[in-house]
Amino acid sequence: MALTNEIIRQKLTEKFGDQITDWMEPYGMLTFSSDKNLNLKVLQYLFDEPSLGFQFMTDLCAVHYPDMEGKELAVVYHLHNLKENSRIRYKVFTDIKKPDVFSATALYSAANWMERETYDFYGVNFIGHPNLKRILNVDDMKYFPMRKEFPLEDQKRTDKDDEMFGR
Amino acid sequence: MVIRHEQLGQLTNQKIKKIMARPVQYNITQKPLEQPISVVSAPEGYKGEGFFASKLGDVVGLARKNSIWPLPFATSCCGIEFMALMASHYDLARFGSERVSFTPRQCDLLMVMGTIAKKMAPVVKQVYLQMAEPRWVLAMGACASSGGIFDTYSVLQGIDQIIPVDVYVPGCPPRPEAVIDGILRVQDLVANESLRRRNSDQYKELMESYGIE
Repeated sequence: MALTNEIIRQKLTEKFGDQITDWMEPYGMLTFSSDKNLNLKVLQYLFDEPSLGFQFMTDLCAVHYPDMEGKELAVVYHLHNLKENSRIRYKVFTDIKKPDVFSATALYSAANWMERETYDFYGVNFIGHPNLKRILNVDDMKYFPMRKEFPLEDQKRTDKDDEMFGR
Repeated sequence: MVIRHEQLGQLTNQKIKKIMARPVQYNITQKPLEQPISVVSAPEGYKGEGFFASKLGDVVGLARKNSIWPLPFATSCCGIEFMALMASHYDLARFGSERVSFTPRQCDLLMVMGTIAKKMAPVVKQVYLQMAEPRWVLAMGACASSGGIFDTYSVLQGIDQIIPVDVYVPGCPPRPEAVIDGILRVQDLVANESLRRRNSDQYKELMESYGIE
């Protein structure tokens, strides 16, 4: 029997009850979120439960929502069941003032690289990551460039005339 | 009416316009070679029976100018234009620069082509430092000259932030003709450079402003 969204949802509700919220199916992809302290338990269950078997992490990234107070940063896990070819999306939200999220590296080795990247660009502090330092940007960068409060352009420039660049 | 290619040069433009639906406006008149073998003319000097006297600086400039060894530092699409430049169609060898060297120590001209990310900056600088004096730098394209469209946190906003640049070639990417023009500008600089320039206080100041030596 194919692994449908209904089955996944039913399984997760049986295990975690109301703790998993925000059920959505944009473009048919099951999406849900939970409290950030629950993330490893949910991922472990998705990994270990034989009927779910989400043992492959396709992507891990963050999103910055400056308007959502108290949960400005979202960490998004994209998981894939290779046998059933089924994909789900799982989000946890965290306060930007204390962006601590448990690291998924013990469960998914792929998370190692991606968590470093997410830390590099959004400053999410993954607790338990073996080597959490900048990976793509220059080491002496003082800020997290993908956060919305930082403009994309270099603001100290004097040689580029703003009027000519339409800003 | 069929016209053989070699006849084209003898026709007037008006006749061609009558014959061809879409007139070819360029390269239709054959330009005769000025001399069978292109040889650089000698610098100004005093010539007599069996001797020729000139300034050493002019002779050195002449020699350097016509044998510039480029070191390509190509990171993106400008590098593709550079490949066209080195290939048979545009053929930089005509200007004495066919010897593209990938060893900085033997090169005279560092050609930086393409976007230089901030992470790449120390590499460019190290390559520049490994080159022996006298050395020149050509920044090819908008990215190398000013960061180009990549006005962003990760891209160096022009390589002149880390190394001194002699010639900037604008364009995104510049056509090979534009780069040839840039190389000719470098040749002008090389030919007219004083032999003492690299020892001058002004030059040392310039290097110190980049934190070199």
